[in-house]
Amino acid sequence: MMNVGLFIPCYIDQLYPQVGIATLQLLERLGLSVTYPTNQTCCGQPMANSGFEHLTQGTSYNFVTNFSEFDYIVCPSGSCTLHIKDHLHDEGHPDKAISIRKKTFELTEFLTDVIGIKKLAAHFPHKVGLHQSCHGLRGLGLAQMSELMAPPFSKPESLLNMVTGLELIELERKDECCGFGGTFCVFEEAVSVKMGQDRIADHSNHGAEYITGVDMSCLMHLEGILRRQKSKVKVIHIAEILNSVNK
Amino acid sequence: MNPQNNTHSELAEKFNRDVERVNWHDKTLWFVREKRDKAAHQIAEWEQLREAASQIKNNVLSNLHDYLIEFEKNAVRHGVHIHWASTAQKHNEIVHSIIKKHGANHIVKSKSMLTEECGLNEYLHQQGVNVVDTDLGERIVQLANEPPSHIVLPCIHWKKEEIGELFHQHLGTPKGNADPQFLTAAARVHLREHFLTSRVALTGVNFAVAETGEIIVCTNEGNADLGVQLADVHIACMGIEKIIPKRKHLSVFLRLLARSATGQPITTYSSHFQKPREGQEMHIVLVDNGRSERLASDDFRNALKCIRCGACFNTCPVYRRSGGHSYHTAVAGPIGSILAPGFDMAKNADLPFASTLCGSCTNVCPVKIDIHDQLYKWRQVLVQNGHTTASKKTGMNVMSQMLSHPTVYRFSGAVGRWVMRTLPLMINNKFNPWYKQREMPKASTQSFRSWYLNQRKHEQ
Repeated sequence: MMNVGLFIPCYIDQLYPQVGIATLQLLERLGLSVTYPTNQTCCGQPMANSGFEHLTQGTSYNFVTNFSEFDYIVCPSGSCTLHIKDHLHDEGHPDKAISIRKKTFELTEFLTDVIGIKKLAAHFPHKVGLHQSCHGLRGLGLAQMSELMAPPFSKPESLLNMVTGLELIELERKDECCGFGGTFCVFEEAVSVKMGQDRIADHSNHGAEYITGVDMSCLMHLEGILRRQKSKVKVIHIAEILNSVNK
Repeated sequence: MNPQNNTHSELAEKFNRDVERVNWHDKTLWFVREKRDKAAHQIAEWEQLREAASQIKNNVLSNLHDYLIEFEKNAVRHGVHIHWASTAQKHNEIVHSIIKKHGANHIVKSKSMLTEECGLNEYLHQQGVNVVDTDLGERIVQLANEPPSHIVLPCIHWKKEEIGELFHQHLGTPKGNADPQFLTAAARVHLREHFLTSRVALTGVNFAVAETGEIIVCTNEGNADLGVQLADVHIACMGIEKIIPKRKHLSVFLRLLARSATGQPITTYSSHFQKPREGQEMHIVLVDNGRSERLASDDFRNALKCIRCGACFNTCPVYRRSGGHSYHTAVAGPIGSILAPGFDMAKNADLPFASTLCGSCTNVCPVKIDIHDQLYKWRQVLVQNGHTTASKKTGMNVMSQMLSHPTVYRFSGAVGRWVMRTLPLMINNKFNPWYKQREMPKASTQSFRSWYLNQRKHEQ
């Protein structure tokens, strides 16, 4: 039986525990043996994307220590997964780092490519807009990118289509960035917020009750704007929808 | 000109004060991106074309020295004067010396981003030479005493009503007339006078063919042709990376260029200049200005593949909402943000951070420049070279320490959440840029980890 390590990004651990819970429950209901290594912290991306990749040795070492024993590492975040896949280095254990890079998967790609699930027991009777977060989309290739002249596909969308009652809305700009961008959201506050407002308008103009996505960080930014606007539209991580069974 | 001490984020913040304008700017450029998508969709082999273009440019960059020598040899054979300029200053001096030799005090110029890069207009102005930009968009920004805000659509930030007012002031058109056709006709009359009286015409270069020694200039207005055909002297200025090996390679680039830029199948004019007509003099100035240095860099070499189509501008969600001038450099947008630090790290240290690293630029690039990866790499180089603030450095060091030690991380997380719940004003205040237009996330009472440990305890 495959041994899955659950990688919960630091901000999910601290601010959105329900996303970690949904991810764990979802994986366990698929019959997988899932372990959450309890000394994990962060992948190091906040430093690296700010130009301080040289300060990520500590987080990389900690990540390798926590995760090297697993067959697969699954994470409910496209962005953190991409950082591990592209940038995880550990001078003390280079082989372990390389091996981890290869066996780390974002949740929806794990469910689609590794498990190959064809149906889900989930029910979510709402109008939902899918926010394609950029690192998941263009970094991990979770769906076809609108810039490329290539056949369409979407791993998150095909999973959402397995959820009964869920109506996926069309968007005007189906894969434009929401403007979170890590520290971009504070250092370029004006543009960041404007980008978020525009994404939200696209979703709400098309009748979304919920905005979902594979990255809670994008959703956290959108949620902040939605709540300031006192909007009725809510954000919800895709794991929470896929885990929406009658409990 | 923009005040050089302002950063991208400050200039973008100013741009965003006029929401209507930002919306209009964003939609106008997104429309161009959509036109690009439609045009590209009509080419079944679009992605193969991009790959071919990328490989041709890789070949050029690997053999640049040989191609440049071949180009020079063939151009000289056709009676063209070749000049080599190692820097922007040398380029400007060469151009001026040619103008001076012919006793001219004013010239017409069609679009050339290289001359913007070199600051040629200002230099010539100081030498008493009047430069008239003949591309309509460029003329508009020139009359407004502004740099272009986009490499293909230089006055995209101007509304037609504003252009009507500008023309009223400078060209004497009736006040309040903002009819695009009327204004274009007025500009045409105004420019015609300059075309007819200029003995020197300057053009940029889109492609230079090593095999034949010819240059190709792509325009929609025919202004390069008119200028060159009427003038006694043609000066063409190009960066050394504009070389392509053979004429047949044009078939790849001409199919990509206009579709990527504006969604047109091809520019209205793709003009080939190989030799001067009788009695005319033709000069080509080949400019290095940092390109050789960039060629030596594994990480940043591939930015030299750029064919200046502007597709990365139109797709960039940050560019569309911050405007070209917020980049305070001749070439704005994503490509400008990876070129500018190569010229001056200190002055342009903010630009690689004016991006969310969304990667859309890389996907639309017709020559497959890894723009967003280079943005990431420039961030590392800038920080390593000390182009960061003390507070950011301290913040990152603290964050790194905290995240490297699980117990410190857990303690800080718990304290942070407690503060968010108990003393929200410590966080929800004007010093927190997140809070300015966004609510803070609701802090939960327990972390995922503590839920997990509890859960596992109960299960046992």
